[in-house]
Amino acid sequence: MKASSFAYARPQSLGEALALLGTHRDAARVLAGGQSLIPSLNMRLSSPELLVDINGLAELSGIRLQGDVLRIGALARHRDIERSAEVARHVPLLAQAVPHIAHVAIRNVGTLGGSLALADPAAEYPACALALDATLIIAHAGGERRVAARDFFKGLYSTALEPHELLVAAEFPFAKPGYRSAFLELARRHGDYAIVGVAAQARAERGRLSDLRLAYFGVGATAVRARRAAAAGEGKALDAQTVAAVQAALGEDLDPSPDLYHSAAAKVHLARVLTGRALAELAQ
Amino acid sequence: MSRLPDTELDTTIVLNGKPVTRRIPARQHLVDFLREEIGLTGSHVGCEHGVCGACTVRVDGEIVRGCLMLAVQANGRRVDTIEGLSDSGELAALQSAFHERNALQCGFCTPGMLIAALDLANSHPDATREQIRAHLSGNYCRCTGYQSIVDAIEAVLEARREGVRR
Repeated sequence: MKASSFAYARPQSLGEALALLGTHRDAARVLAGGQSLIPSLNMRLSSPELLVDINGLAELSGIRLQGDVLRIGALARHRDIERSAEVARHVPLLAQAVPHIAHVAIRNVGTLGGSLALADPAAEYPACALALDATLIIAHAGGERRVAARDFFKGLYSTALEPHELLVAAEFPFAKPGYRSAFLELARRHGDYAIVGVAAQARAERGRLSDLRLAYFGVGATAVRARRAAAAGEGKALDAQTVAAVQAALGEDLDPSPDLYHSAAAKVHLARVLTGRALAELAQ
Repeated sequence: MSRLPDTELDTTIVLNGKPVTRRIPARQHLVDFLREEIGLTGSHVGCEHGVCGACTVRVDGEIVRGCLMLAVQANGRRVDTIEGLSDSGELAALQSAFHERNALQCGFCTPGMLIAALDLANSHPDATREQIRAHLSGNYCRCTGYQSIVDAIEAVLEARREGVRR
């Protein structure tokens, strides 16, 4: 349970960090909060030659309004997001998601960027990013590129990030007036990774939901945006029949892999149960 | 490919109020540093992958997992351990409540429990029983002593609130 030896660099500027990543590429790993990386080092599931500790990069911190999006720096800690009045007001779905992440001692250190870049299939933020059509800002030595969340998550722990690139921020569009969000997660114990979870947002008006967005996690190699299920509920009066139609359509969106404790069928069932609860919350 | 940076670094930590400097391997996590380099063995090494909470310490006033932070990352920062927080008296009320209510059996989880509980008492003294449980959800007790641990913390929070009212 001890990490193998590695070199360590703590660059003081983004340029310096990108130069290190550009030089050492696959031999280097980025250390942000480290709350997933350090366990994998301790268990020797990962043994990079170099850790590039980005915690000295002040430009990667902070949460700020920018037009009609909230730009959250990659180094924003889960606790920063949990405590942010701007997040609660403009991106309430994220505020609802954070308490489900691990425990306080981990939320004090773990980062938004780390979670998005790791792309754990049972993690909370990727589903939020998909549901809200967030944009991820990626820096490389030649400049920056912007990638939509739907193009960022490629597979199991796999993203659009290249070895010489660094995720520097994510932009979340504001929830517009009349919009509501819901975040529900089933886990064996509080703070455990999700068995199944859902991030949901919709415009709620007189018992009808429109612009309904549903994204699930813990159900496959990546978080999944359930477009057929959302279409089944779009604009309809939210009665038992509509809820059942959304739940039924979800079977076409999700194709979960079983885990140690749950069959694929059980996961779909649980996702449907959460969907019913999420729709009820959205319509309240 | 250019030369790699060092695998060992000079690291200075303000440990329980006093600066200490050591040259340490980058791969050493904070609890191993405290235990092996400094000899402060109150922070316990349980699971070493962030699950059990026995290694909880405070860095710049916030609780963290000591096994999920490299000691070199604490360079220039303030680290408070169970030893420092005991000696300063900050933990005294919690420690005596744990003692009175038998809120420990083997004691392995106790330093982490106390530091997590202190964090709650400082940040959220109005916490309900449910909130106490949620705050301690990252700290495992394998002697199954949660009931009395929650009782002890609840008693300390109540006493604090009473004190404020008086």
